[in-house]
Amino acid sequence: MLAIARQRILGQSFQNIRPAVSVLRSYSSAAKQITVREALNSALDEEMSADPKVFLMGEEVGEYQGAYKITKGLLEKYGPERVLDTPITEAGFTGIGVGAAYYGLKPVVEFMTFNFSMQAIDHIINSAAKSNYMSAGQISVPIVFRGPNGAAAGVGAQHSQCYAAWYASCPGLKVLSPYNSEDARGLLKAAIRDPDPVVFLENELLYGESFPVSDEVLDSSFCLPIGKAKIEREGKDVTITAFSKLVGYALKAAEILEKDGIYAEVINLRSIRPLDRSTINASVRKTNRLITVEEGFPQHGVGAEICASVVEESFAYLDAPVERIAGADVPMPYAANLERLAVPQIEDIVRAAKRACYRSVPLAATA
Amino acid sequence: MSTAFSSAKFSTQPFLLNPTSAASHESPLLFAKPTSQFLGSTRKLRLSSSSKLNLSRRSGTVVAVSDVVKQKKSKSTPSLLITKEEGLELYEDMVLGRAFEDMCAQMYYRGKMFGFVHLYNGQEAVSTGFIKLLKQQDSVVSTYRDHVHALSKGVPARAVMSELFGKTTGCCRGQGGSMHMFSREHNLLGGFAFIGEGIPVATGAAFTSKYKREVLKEADCDHVTLAFFGDGTCNNGQFFECLNMAALWKLPIVFVVENNLWAIGMSHLRATSDPQIYKKGPAFGMPGIHVDGMDVLKVRQVAKEAIGRARRGEGPTLVECETYRFRGHSLADPDELRDPAEKAHYAARDPITALKKYLIENNLAGEAELKAIDKKIDEVVEDAVEFADDSPVPPRSQLLENVFADPKGFGIGPDGRYRCEDPKFTEGTAHV
Repeated sequence: MLAIARQRILGQSFQNIRPAVSVLRSYSSAAKQITVREALNSALDEEMSADPKVFLMGEEVGEYQGAYKITKGLLEKYGPERVLDTPITEAGFTGIGVGAAYYGLKPVVEFMTFNFSMQAIDHIINSAAKSNYMSAGQISVPIVFRGPNGAAAGVGAQHSQCYAAWYASCPGLKVLSPYNSEDARGLLKAAIRDPDPVVFLENELLYGESFPVSDEVLDSSFCLPIGKAKIEREGKDVTITAFSKLVGYALKAAEILEKDGIYAEVINLRSIRPLDRSTINASVRKTNRLITVEEGFPQHGVGAEICASVVEESFAYLDAPVERIAGADVPMPYAANLERLAVPQIEDIVRAAKRACYRSVPLAATA
Repeated sequence: MSTAFSSAKFSTQPFLLNPTSAASHESPLLFAKPTSQFLGSTRKLRLSSSSKLNLSRRSGTVVAVSDVVKQKKSKSTPSLLITKEEGLELYEDMVLGRAFEDMCAQMYYRGKMFGFVHLYNGQEAVSTGFIKLLKQQDSVVSTYRDHVHALSKGVPARAVMSELFGKTTGCCRGQGGSMHMFSREHNLLGGFAFIGEGIPVATGAAFTSKYKREVLKEADCDHVTLAFFGDGTCNNGQFFECLNMAALWKLPIVFVVENNLWAIGMSHLRATSDPQIYKKGPAFGMPGIHVDGMDVLKVRQVAKEAIGRARRGEGPTLVECETYRFRGHSLADPDELRDPAEKAHYAARDPITALKKYLIENNLAGEAELKAIDKKIDEVVEDAVEFADDSPVPPRSQLLENVFADPKGFGIGPDGRYRCEDPKFTEGTAHV
């Protein structure tokens, strides 16, 4: 039975190793490739046509076809009453969205980047996240806040912060962060259908990347569960958890490690709040070593929470200290070489894995 | 004071932009007879649903400059608005702004510049018209479209270009980038990426000036602050909050709206309930003035009044400059939504050609002199590029610098000493 389970899991994990895509085409009958942008666009399109209460709101979502072209074609299809171009007033239009959600509509509010959500954070936390609690269940807020999160390329300190840790620490919110097209489609659909406020953290650099998707993913009722992480790659020596763009880095790091005989298990968190602690702990109990990878600032980050969770529940299983890889503890610099130093790279993950497996390796990157 | 600013004096047609008076000194700015019409201040609307009036477009030429001259207090001969030196200074500053931005576009497409770059082509009259009237101790706060504000304020072209290339010789050592230009020496307070973020900061700088004068008793402190921002920002809450407080406390600030009619792809008329931004000043008790932002001399006249008001302690002013950006919002913007006829209309009112024409027609300067200035600026810009190219990238150790004014903020390391005292920390090889 274990053998069958292992085969099935291996088969699934094979499906998701990107570089082997061309080989995979022959396995599945219709492994189409779609970009994350197309995945998000199709998810929005399908949810809007299924439920007339869903509407979009944000800067440049209509006539400009979306600042990153995610909402392309939706204005033409659904009209200006359902795809609203707002003035530049985050606090205002977020508040309006939350108010609409109180009365049963389902707004999808786009922030041009999540950095701008700081101008609206009072409404996200105080008006949306806490309302169901404060009203003792009378008012639910079925709203989705989506937009690109984290660093892009050379956009400076005010456009590069990762907000996963901030939003994930707030009860009443659900925080999702997709990696590939399948995640993007499934999680966005789940978010729109969800009766609670959801913060949906995308990544600008992933929008143009294409991933293979099965027919099941393309079906309009496809939905992924909120709160379940995915094991992207099976392994036995060390567990690497990541979300969003860094899942790709972790997978590449895992391939490099394989050549050195270290078989890493890569977990795509998908859901930052609620965090899938059972999957992470089960994996750590199997491999006994953990590396957490994230792009945001290190202190009080996602990795800190995962480490605490593992120490609480699987302490006896740990053979090495938990390694946290995060962005540098500085505002994002503009200069290209400094920016590279301020975000985790594949080599950092590889080095951390080797440290965790007690191969002797220097602490920091050499110049 | 607030009674003077009722909008009853102006035409009730909502979309007809009202004329500015540039030349009356006997009465407060707003009372001037509306004699010169704004040229080309009407624009064709993209969506007919959002407009109730069909506006006819008037052609724009620089006739306005000589109109303004004629309106001055009765004198037998029309006097000129500027002297030759001032004229050449204005010309040189605008040409520097234009040449620099064009070079930025070239460098971006060659990959030397990266990230978000927002160019100022077409709006030079506003920057030059206002900033050239300031002293070094006056402050300027800008948005992400800040290269030319920095240049006008006096930051050397070399420093700005190096900053854009991400080199350590840049004005912010390569750490800020295109959108975050700061200079303590020239009192350029940034460079903010968020819309509306700079306005409260500028209001605070003005507050400091007033505080220094009244509390710290530095009697001659009359520093003025200019806040530059766009039409999209005028729908943001921070803007209104600051208009209120600046007027309430009579702060020495001028709020300069660079209304270029577009916020990325969002037309100002689609985003704003009442598109006449200058009207928002009187609502808070300060004068609101509309000026043709494509004409540097008009802008300069209005700026003189507004800055003078602030310096004398009479409080803030809201100046709406109707201007246009010739390029897209940023170098990544395909700029598909703007009507080419609109672009052509404003291109014909290029502030640099307008000033050139004025200088030549009024015999303040000859073609040859102006061409010499053009050439000189080209050399300055080329030199800036060379300097930036040859400058080194920041060293590793710079990553951890400047986070705190007191680097002990990085805390105590595992050996019990402050992390910043560990030599490996400054080399950038410490485990942070």
